[in-house]
Order: sequence, then C-alpha cells, then structure tokens
Amino acid sequence: MAQDERPHPPGDYPVVVVGSGPGGLQASYCLARLGVEHAVISQDDAPGGMFRLYPIFQRLLSWSKPDAPAEPGTRAYEWYDHNSLVAEDPRHQALVPAFMDRSFMVPSREEMERGLATFARQVPVPVRYGCRWEATRRDDDGRLVLATSDGEYRAQAAVFALGVTTPWFSPIPGIEAVPHYVETRTAAEYRGRRVFVIGKRNSGFEIADGLLPWARQVILGSPRPVQTAVIAQASVRVRYLQPYEDASLGGGTFALDLAVERIERLERGWRIVGRGTTRPGPVDLEVDDVIAATGFSTPLLDLGELGVRTVAQGRIPALTPFWESEPGSGIYFTGNATQGAAGLRKHGVGAASPAVHGFRYNARVMARHLAASLGVAVPAERVEGDPVPYLLEELTTAPELWTQKSYLARAVTAEGLSEIVPLAHFVDEAGPDAVAVAVEMDATGLTYPAVYVRRSGEIRERLLPPDLLNDFRGPEHEQELRDAL
Amino acid sequence: MSMTERDELVRSLAGLALFADLGDPDLEAIADPEWERRYGEGERVLRRGLSGGGLFVILGGEAAVEIPDGAPRLLQRGDFFGEVSTLLQCKPTADVVARSGLHALEIPGPQLEEFLLAYPQVTHRMLQTMARRIRDLLE
Repeated sequence: MAQDERPHPPGDYPVVVVGSGPGGLQASYCLARLGVEHAVISQDDAPGGMFRLYPIFQRLLSWSKPDAPAEPGTRAYEWYDHNSLVAEDPRHQALVPAFMDRSFMVPSREEMERGLATFARQVPVPVRYGCRWEATRRDDDGRLVLATSDGEYRAQAAVFALGVTTPWFSPIPGIEAVPHYVETRTAAEYRGRRVFVIGKRNSGFEIADGLLPWARQVILGSPRPVQTAVIAQASVRVRYLQPYEDASLGGGTFALDLAVERIERLERGWRIVGRGTTRPGPVDLEVDDVIAATGFSTPLLDLGELGVRTVAQGRIPALTPFWESEPGSGIYFTGNATQGAAGLRKHGVGAASPAVHGFRYNARVMARHLAASLGVAVPAERVEGDPVPYLLEELTTAPELWTQKSYLARAVTAEGLSEIVPLAHFVDEAGPDAVAVAVEMDATGLTYPAVYVRRSGEIRERLLPPDLLNDFRGPEHEQELRDAL
Repeated sequence: MSMTERDELVRSLAGLALFADLGDPDLEAIADPEWERRYGEGERVLRRGLSGGGLFVILGGEAAVEIPDGAPRLLQRGDFFGEVSTLLQCKPTADVVARSGLHALEIPGPQLEEFLLAYPQVTHRMLQTMARRIRDLLE
C-alpha cells in the first residue's frame, strides 16, 4: 500500500485552517510568515475553492488591470488588482493578471483559478487535500477538536475558510423543487424558453445576462428593488447593466419587485404566484423554467453548538472585529465569511469583505491578532519622527484603506507604533493615545479621508475634504491633519 | 436552518408595533439580510461623536443608552434608536451599548428618508413614539 505523503496528518497543532480557497491560502500564508505553526486541510483535491466551479458564466465581477499607475508586484499596485492574493515577495504578487488575456479587465474563472493555484504552488502553501472536516467539539482543557475524514485534529484555534458556498433557498412554498443557481444548465438549453430567475443580486443578474442571447424572455423577481446606486458604483456593473437596461427600456426583460408567495410545478413548466412590493398588485405567471439565484450560506456544520451565532438570515457567522466568533473562542473565520464582522458601515457603505480584494487584508490582520493571542511575537512597524507625511501617503496609496473603506484603518500610536487595524476595534476598545486614518465614502460615492484621534480614552472624529484626483498629500490636507492632531 | 430563520426574521418584524400595519410583501421587502445585525454584550452599536450611523430597531435582547454623567436608559425589543442623528444628519450625542446579545435591524442613514416615504404607516407609528417621548420629558 502506498504511503500517504500528504502534509499535516491528524494530531495536535496550535492552529488548524480549514479550506483551500483564496481565504484559506491567504490565511495560511500570513500565519506562516508570522511563524505560527498550523495545519491546512481541505475536502477538495486542488486549490481555488469556489473559483474551481463558479461563476457559472465564467466571468468574475472584480477588476485586475495588467497595466496600471503602479508597477505589478508593489503594494500600491494591489489596489488595481482585486483578484490576486497578497504576499511580501514580489514574485508571489499579482499572479492573476499574469494569466489574463486582456479581453476584459475582469478575469475569467479559469484565469482566477490558475492565479490561485500558482500562488499555492509557488509560495508554497502545503495543504492536506481530500481531508473533509466533519464535526467539532471542545475537549476538557478547552482545545478545539476537529473530526475529519482522516482523523482528529486538536488545536488552540481554528480558522474556518469555508466560503459562503452552500446553496441557500428563500422560504417560498414550492421552492424545494426549483433548481438552484449551481444547477443552471448551459445557456443553449434555455433557447426559446421563458425563464423566471428568483433573485436580483449578483448571481441573478449573472444568470439573466448569460441567458439573454438564448432565452425567449427572462423575468427576475425578488422583494427588494435593484440597488441602482450599487450598480453605478460597484464593479458588479459588468453583469448588471445589460439585463437591467433591457428591463428599464421595456425590451422584454423584467426585473420585478415581487414577494413570491408560492411556486407550482405544472405539467410543462412552472407557475409563479406573488404580490408586488414597491408597486403593489397580484402577479401570476407561467414560465418554462425557474432558477433560484437566492444566494449561498456558510457551511457551519455543528459550529452553532460551540456558540457561533449568525446574521443575514442564518447565512453568515456573526463575528468580532477580529473575525472571531466570540472574543477568546479561538474560532476564527477568513475569506468571504469575514463579512460577518460588519464594521461601522458608515452611511450604509459595507466593506469589500465578501470579495478577495477585501478579505485578503482581513486575513493579514486576523493572522497578526491570532498570533499575538498564541503568544507569538508579532513584528511591529515603527514610524520615526513626524507621522503626518506618512499618514497622508497611506491615505493616498494604501490598498488596505482603499478596498476596506471605513473598515480597516492605519493606526499610529504616540510612540510611533504603526499597524493596520479594524476601525471598529480602534474606536471601541481602550488603548494608548493614537491616531487612526481611514478612507471613507458617503452615500453619493464621494470619497474622503477620515481621522480618528484617541486621547485619554476619548475618540474624536474629523473628516478631511476630498480631492479631485484622490491625492491627499498636498498642503491643504497636511494642514487639516495637523489641526486634527 | 435558513428557511426557518428567514421566516423568523419576517415574523419577528411582524410582531413589532412599528411594523404592525404592514402586510407580508412589505415585511419581506424590509427583512433585508444586509440590514440584520447582531452584537455581543458590551459592544457599541451607536457611537457618540461618530458620523454616518443609521436607525436601529431592536428585534431581541437589550441595549443601554449611555450619556456622559447620566443614568443609562434601557432599550428592549421593539424600541428604536439613532433616529435623531440620522434625521438631522448630526453626530449622536450618546453611545448605545448592547447589554446582552442584541439582535437588531439597521436602516442605513442614506436610505431612511426613502424608507419613511415608502412606508407612511411606519412613519406615523414612529412619530407617535417620538411624541410620547416629548410628552414624558415635558411632564
């Protein structure tokens, strides 16, 4: 019998990471750089997570610009490349755009998967593939025990990089018979058919866009209106605009604000019965196909029994600012599920945590926090002398601040210790006198710097003016920042 | 789990006086998963002196309004807070802190006006509550 040469056999580890998608790879990379010993296990047989299968129509939503104002491999370039994982060595940076054929500024699914696989191979990130996490408990001394298909892992902390990957259905009578987004057939199989898509968010519009050239008619329906402000400002416009424009101009596509009351299977096709929300009135439709583009949930298995609470109608774990289920629980999340730490959500603007460009930075901050909690010495950055030019440079170029608006901040203490931290942690927890700066956006899409000064435990907020070219290094901002300090 | 929890959110909203006049389609529209929040004991929900907050409606648990040098005021299921700073677009003058596991719905500030115009029955009920608060202050 061949010897099992996979890394990380069952046993005792300080930390176990579960998952080999971008969240798991990034977390493992960051833990390894800090010298935190850990095992990585994955039920898959190769890296990439969700990107091995989705999106169905193969084109991602987030940009990577092979040529940009900053050089690939630099920290400043990360802002222009939303899909690659981040690393210290330039050879491990910007790996997704390296595979892009430039037919779009967003990569294809395959280009994304190749970028992630290259990262896992080059760094390398050793993963025990084919090892499925099945159950969780605590042993008598409080350590976590993860039962897997290969045996038991014991650890002080676990980092769950599970993605938001389990098909989720809205609670509509009859929906149990409806194919989910993941079961969508090839577009050509919908030729000449009338298709009802439940859902008007990313996956709903992705399906609508993919079927438009084939289907006779596409009708989307869900209770809440399409978020036009999001369409205008987010990279999801790539998928949203065509079906939405078609609906707006009366081109045959409909995007209904509709509470679906029931779905009936007919001899040939389906019947959709519901009521309008923003425009009241009964709706009764017969269609050939229905697709539930109703989203996904995090596969938490039995973690609820260990105290993991949820938000978003049970789909996402509720997390602390450092992405732990509860302070001191040792149950951390990375990847898409980090959206469970909502942050300040100023003006209703959420962080980019559901996407790679947001959660790759969450992973780095989480790894430092986890390392420190295990007693591992975490290297500190230090700002010598006047912090003002440094903070203005960070506000202008730091990719962490630009992707995670009013969510991650650059904090510098009076002693000059500098760190990227969750803004919610900075403003809510006690600490030494310090300043934190963040990039923020209001409801109109205006982007501006914000300064938070902590002095004797009191937090004072000061918002600085925007700049036409988003460059905050000029004399006006310098003076404003000095005044704030 | 998800089907039950989604039903629970709609049912939870339906049980509140604020939303008592709304039918199921409206409640489903309001039960936006992106508006659902949970806070652990001691977590700040509304932050004194920080801009950009929203209106919070408590679905479960307790919170306390903490004003410097004043006695904290307890809030429970059905109570709402953050409306003054949101409507007047100013910074809150008090912290609101979760007293136990707090379950809440946050209507983001920029969407509150549209929300209140879309659901005038909710606006009316909110005005009644605010009028009672003024009466209590004057008595």
